[in-house]
Amino acid sequence: MSIFIDRDTRLLVQGITGREGRFHADRCRRYGTRIVAGVTPGKGGSEVDGTPVFNTVAEAVRKARANTSMILVPPPFAADAIMEAADAGIGLVVCITEGIPLFDMLRVRSFLRLTGCRLIGPNCPGLITPGVCKVGIMPGPIHTPGPVGVISRSGTLTYEVVHQLSRHGLGQSTCIGIGGDPVVGTSFLDCLQAFAEDPQTRGLVLVGEIGGSAEEEAARWIRDHLDMPVVGFIAGLTAPPGRRMGHAGAIVSGSGGTAAAKIRAMRDCGIHVCEDLGDFGGFCARVFHDLAPEIVFGQDKASPPDNTTADSFSARKKS
Amino acid sequence: MKLHEYQAKELLARYGLPVPEGRVAENVESGLQAADRLGYPVAIKAQVHAGGRGKAGGVQLARDRDEAREALASILGMTLRTAQTGGQGCRVRRVLVEQGVEICHEFYISILPDRASGTMMIIGSTEGGTDIEAVAARTPEKISRIHVDPFAGLQPFHIRRLAFELDLNECQEKQFFDLLRNLYRAVTENDLLLAEINPLVFTAADTFLLLDAKVEVDSSALFRHRDLAALRDDTDRDPLELEAGKYRLNYIRLDGNIGTMVNGAGLAMATMDLIKRAGAAPANFLDVGGGANAVMIEHGFRILLADPRVKAILINIFGGILRCDVLARGVVAAARATAIDMPVVVRMEGTNVEEGRRILAGSNLALVTAVDLRDAAEKIADIAGGL
Repeated sequence: MSIFIDRDTRLLVQGITGREGRFHADRCRRYGTRIVAGVTPGKGGSEVDGTPVFNTVAEAVRKARANTSMILVPPPFAADAIMEAADAGIGLVVCITEGIPLFDMLRVRSFLRLTGCRLIGPNCPGLITPGVCKVGIMPGPIHTPGPVGVISRSGTLTYEVVHQLSRHGLGQSTCIGIGGDPVVGTSFLDCLQAFAEDPQTRGLVLVGEIGGSAEEEAARWIRDHLDMPVVGFIAGLTAPPGRRMGHAGAIVSGSGGTAAAKIRAMRDCGIHVCEDLGDFGGFCARVFHDLAPEIVFGQDKASPPDNTTADSFSARKKS
Repeated sequence: MKLHEYQAKELLARYGLPVPEGRVAENVESGLQAADRLGYPVAIKAQVHAGGRGKAGGVQLARDRDEAREALASILGMTLRTAQTGGQGCRVRRVLVEQGVEICHEFYISILPDRASGTMMIIGSTEGGTDIEAVAARTPEKISRIHVDPFAGLQPFHIRRLAFELDLNECQEKQFFDLLRNLYRAVTENDLLLAEINPLVFTAADTFLLLDAKVEVDSSALFRHRDLAALRDDTDRDPLELEAGKYRLNYIRLDGNIGTMVNGAGLAMATMDLIKRAGAAPANFLDVGGGANAVMIEHGFRILLADPRVKAILINIFGGILRCDVLARGVVAAARATAIDMPVVVRMEGTNVEEGRRILAGSNLALVTAVDLRDAAEKIADIAGGL
């Protein structure tokens, strides 16, 4: 099991004829993702690496039965691409594009409320269910299947965290990067709720950064609703206030949004906060071992104990 | 991207918003001419990208020509240090000379997108002309917040509610309707991340006037606002930050002495934190981005070396799209082109890491290789201890 993507994912890539689009579509295909269509207006009828290209998302849905879309189009066209996908009945849209104007995203968010579509991103690495399906730009080989769910606002920082988890024998159920922009389609909270319903996920890693208050809200929800061990990490303890640190969302304004405040809020809600990124994997191994010894495969990932199959545990959401 | 006050007022005036008559001057003589033409009293206001100008002496009133000359001479060329400029302050190259106004009442109005709710937020207060954050902290009941759905847009009831909460009289309310509609239109049509009018004054002549205006444009939307893009003024900015911008590198200068180069903003921040934990201080934030190539890496490296405070460098790359062999080639090229006289710790992981390590090892450069982040932190701690 996993959240949002699985064996039934039929992926469409919007912008597949671009350099980035083609490169990442190919990487996803090699990972095992079923890529059923590409969309580039005006290039319908052609093929990219064996994948049929359509002019519109509606056509790709009708003819190739796409149910998920990954968007890699330039920022001026990205909001339109998201809304086109939602309008055509796509259930999950993953927008990788960075630098979409904020007002475009406000309109997109209002528009999506009228549809049943979930948006992940923009400005995100996408998501991956290790060993099954990759919808994003993350390097596949660092991931291993397992019981830990990962939610993050960053790209490469998530890779670092996942790499350390894998090295300590902690496989992942689904890893999801929600994006570094101030307005994103899917929040920490949405992901937490989905992970809580997933029987495979028995531990969570939450990677946040300065700015906004999403981490604090997530922490409160975890305290009130979630009964599984959670490890948190917050980047930006040394960030100066008022400066935008790369991500449009990462700015400390006034006394809100600081790393110290977020860490405090997380600890108050029972989350195990790791402050040393160099020891993240070891920290997780200790926490997940103490709180749920059955989920840790041990340092040697080649020999997982027999009782770690997903179906021997049920989701542990508080009623 | 922040606009200067005079640029913001020109933009807002195009939307029919009432602003005081004023002129920009870059020297005392042209400032005096402007003041003469406007008639005394006048306000003389430093044009810099920072709030808190008034307290720092950057805004002065002049009742006559002599006072105007004195004010112009003291403001033009001064180095303004406010809470927002940082320690080094910024030099005043331009002033806005404005007609004096007889004020009856001062309000506060701003419109900005609210990230949490995904709506447009209008903030209003009767406590204009002061530090609005202090008002919000001390007397939160004096702050009105109206949320507007960006799809449906501003409706009459939004304005009516705000007018009642600000206790406007009938004469004010009618003007306020037009004013708010126009301001909202200016914000949405120009991708403004902030339009803050503080104060919005009601004058003795029974009209509203935007006495000050702070406007910030969404940099990501400049592709569709060529006119606004042309208003960029980088003279206040750090020269190394400007240089980095040319190569699409995301660089922010800090106070420490360990230079860093990282791919990805989150990992870059986490790497700064790691340096701090190791007992040292980061000299900068430098995110080369996911799609960096060898040339960008080379420029990034040069920018780090150009900062005289940098005594050691930590390069931390998690190769995904950016492959480790590409990074290694960039580092080697930059190191060959520049004489490096400081320790450089390189930690890389991910795509093509073996090839990258081979390139670094074969370069005969004195680079320190770290196998993982913990190792990198220990090596930085050792180096920092010896500085």
